Amino acid sequence: MSDCDAAIVGSGPAGATAAHVLTEAGWSVIVLEKGRNHLLDLEPPFGPLGAVSNDELKLTRRHFLGPDPWLEPRTYRRSASDGDRLETGDVNNLPSTVGGGGSHADGKLPRFREEDFRILSHQGAVEGAELVDWPFGYDEVEACYAEAERVVGVAGEAGANPFASWRADPFPMPPGPDMYCARLTSEAATRLGYHPYRAPTGVNSVEYDGRPACNNCGFCAYYGCPIEAKGDPVAPLRHALRTGRCELRPESVVTDVLVDGTGRRARGVRYLDRELDLHEISARHVILAGGAFETPRLLLRNGLGNPDVVGRFLSFHFQTFVLGIFDHRLHGHRGRAVTHLMDDPIVGDGDVAAAARDAGLPFLRGGIVEHGAASGPVMEALHSPAGPMHSRLMVDSPLRDCMAAFTMQGEDLPVATNRVDLDPQVRDVYGMPAGRVTYAPHRHEVACAEHWAPRLELVMREAGAQRTFWATSPALPGTRGDLPGFRAPMSRHIIGTARMGDDPRTSVFDRWQRLHGIDNVMCADSSVFPTSTGYGPTLTIVALAIRASRALAGLDPLRSNRARP
Amino acid sequence: MAGPVRFLSPQEHAVLEAACERCIPATDAHPGARALGVADYIDGLLGAFLVDPPRIWAGGPFSGRHGGEPGFDTYLRLSSLEELAWRTRIEGSQGIPERERLGPVKGWQQEYRDGIAALGADYCDCDGEEQDRRLDALPGFKALCYEHACEGAYGAPEYGGNRGGAGWRAIGFPGDVAPRGYTDAEVSERP
Ligand SMILES: Cc1cc2nc3c(=O)[nH]c(=O)nc-3n(C[C@H](O)[C@H](O)[C@H](O)COP(=O)(O)OP(=O)(O)OC[C@H]3O[C@@H](n4cnc5c(N)ncnc54)[C@H](O)[C@@H]3O)c2cc1C
Ligand code: SF4
Repeated sequence: MSDCDAAIVGSGPAGATAAHVLTEAGWSVIVLEKGRNHLLDLEPPFGPLGAVSNDELKLTRRHFLGPDPWLEPRTYRRSASDGDRLETGDVNNLPSTVGGGGSHADGKLPRFREEDFRILSHQGAVEGAELVDWPFGYDEVEACYAEAERVVGVAGEAGANPFASWRADPFPMPPGPDMYCARLTSEAATRLGYHPYRAPTGVNSVEYDGRPACNNCGFCAYYGCPIEAKGDPVAPLRHALRTGRCELRPESVVTDVLVDGTGRRARGVRYLDRELDLHEISARHVILAGGAFETPRLLLRNGLGNPDVVGRFLSFHFQTFVLGIFDHRLHGHRGRAVTHLMDDPIVGDGDVAAAARDAGLPFLRGGIVEHGAASGPVMEALHSPAGPMHSRLMVDSPLRDCMAAFTMQGEDLPVATNRVDLDPQVRDVYGMPAGRVTYAPHRHEVACAEHWAPRLELVMREAGAQRTFWATSPALPGTRGDLPGFRAPMSRHIIGTARMGDDPRTSVFDRWQRLHGIDNVMCADSSVFPTSTGYGPTLTIVALAIRASRALAGLDPLRSNRARP
Repeated sequence: MAGPVRFLSPQEHAVLEAACERCIPATDAHPGARALGVADYIDGLLGAFLVDPPRIWAGGPFSGRHGGEPGFDTYLRLSSLEELAWRTRIEGSQGIPERERLGPVKGWQQEYRDGIAALGADYCDCDGEEQDRRLDALPGFKALCYEHACEGAYGAPEYGGNRGGAGWRAIGFPGDVAPRGYTDAEVSERP
């Protein structure tokens, strides 16, 4: 008799979704989360704890949602020629806390497009990257996307994005209010022939699922929501807890997946509790949902999964920031962080095709462009100089209140040498080797940024910006931002480190996200994504976690409410 | 709410205040670091563990400035590992093996004591130019001081700086606004 049907490692969007689906199917689950619980009461009725707040210091300067980079450092280098590591500390950390990065994110939740699932067939191979098609297509996932939008609560406008793939249902909620600055930039983009649209967002525009509508407080990206207007992952987590079949154990660090003597079945997990005592729990199934950085780290530590692939093809998004300074205030601190997106750089045009040819590449695929603004004043102050200029700049606020920002989440091609592995020396406070990132962009990403940045600057000027500039993350060598401490990518989108596929020689998980060779281990997070696409990963994480968890529990596949048009 | 926390001596506090004022000087439109209580903020950080729970993370969900019960003036408990990390950062590793896992750490208390001492006991009596010269001669200390001064000028007043929200008022930032938030029209229209 096992302690539970499934032990779930991690309580972010991936783990919370798996817990929701499995408990609804009657399974008992134990969710182990290494971070602390600031999200919800673990006793019925599982209400909010009231710990997250509009507090820039706590949330952005003092590691409130973890991980503390001194306790759990990561290391970073661009390539082996940097030596063992270039930096130690925070390397693209997502929060480590009950809820993971979900409530911290501001939740732009677009679907991927049909061609994203078959990029190799659609676009052809690129030298230096291992592009592959996904083992299934959009049509197979459409119903799971719809279910993900219902579970999380996504507000959006069907048909607003002319490039979106087909959908069977309307969004569960209408879109929330447009930010003033995004109105300026999206109207300018439309005038210049681009196609901005209201971002599908996992934020309540009206009361939904027992949680209130967003009050536009503006402390959104990098903050949890003090009133729970963001649904991911508090909604699925609370639903799971309310079944009475989900036990959530915070401050529980899974150290090992336990495998039986045959080497072909997992029998549970081992974890450290807050007193650093070791425990084992037995489980019929183990679900990995630690995120695409921690999942490969755990697999590598345990020697599990195809050793030629685990940790490789690490993709972030190659971010291009285009900033516009206006001669009047834009009050970007009101409302959500981003209210409009546009897919034009993903779809491309004749101009892009010519630029690709010039760069000697078969294509250039950028990413969604997020129309947003700058964030809090502490951040602004840190980017302003000390001394007499300080107070003047803060009052005039070119770097915050008068600034609009585009972020392009450029598709990051999968490169075998970009990877997570175990640092040879640095250890975390638990004594385990730190995860190490080795990462440099493929030249496709750089060419893409160089193509789009000046075009997006023109949009900013059309919107009324007096001055514009751009930068990338990671910074290109020799550019502004290429400074010690800032070299690691900061996209917070982490993808591809244990890709799924039908061939166990070239992938780690199968098309149902089960580990090749040990089929009672499933992965629910974006480690399994074969390619990064140019979209935020989270809705797809949730949709695929629904798909894989339902299959695991023996439920019928979800079907779209109407056939593909 | 508990009174101010003091780690520095009054003399050290005065020197720190003068140095912060050079980083964030008063203008007609903007109070300087002294008026904003920036040195109190830093002193509170250095002395965070003089009170229990330590003054690291203010509570929530609301401050009470825009509705709801005030929650920012009670502090949240740290786990024992979080305490280890924050004590190491603030107090330094002091040869304690568990604090030296990633190598020795000097700690902010010592950084400030040393930096303030290096500015000189007569720092407050120097003219601005001399004060800048001495501060610029300590680039590491100046950077640390500036980072914390920015936090103290524009962070929530409950942490000891941004006195009465004067930092926010000067820059036209309303600060935390939950649960009132903004109306849809305030989000979408030009001010
Ligand atoms: C400011 C910000 C804005 C963002 N905006 C967007 C956006 O607009 N759109 C979008 O799509 N995405 C966005 N993201 C990214 C989004 O947060 C992530 O894609 C998402 O959180 C990933 O979910 P996950 O469950 O796979 O992993 P995570 O959210 O990282 O959760 C994993 C959890 O597992 C825990 N864990 C890991 N290892 C272990 C272990 N060994 N034992 C126990 N627990 C473990 C971790 O502590 C963590 O809590 C944003 C992120 C940030 C920070
Ligand atoms: S802007 Fe809305 S969703 Fe974001 S934190 Fe504030 S209330 Fe919550």
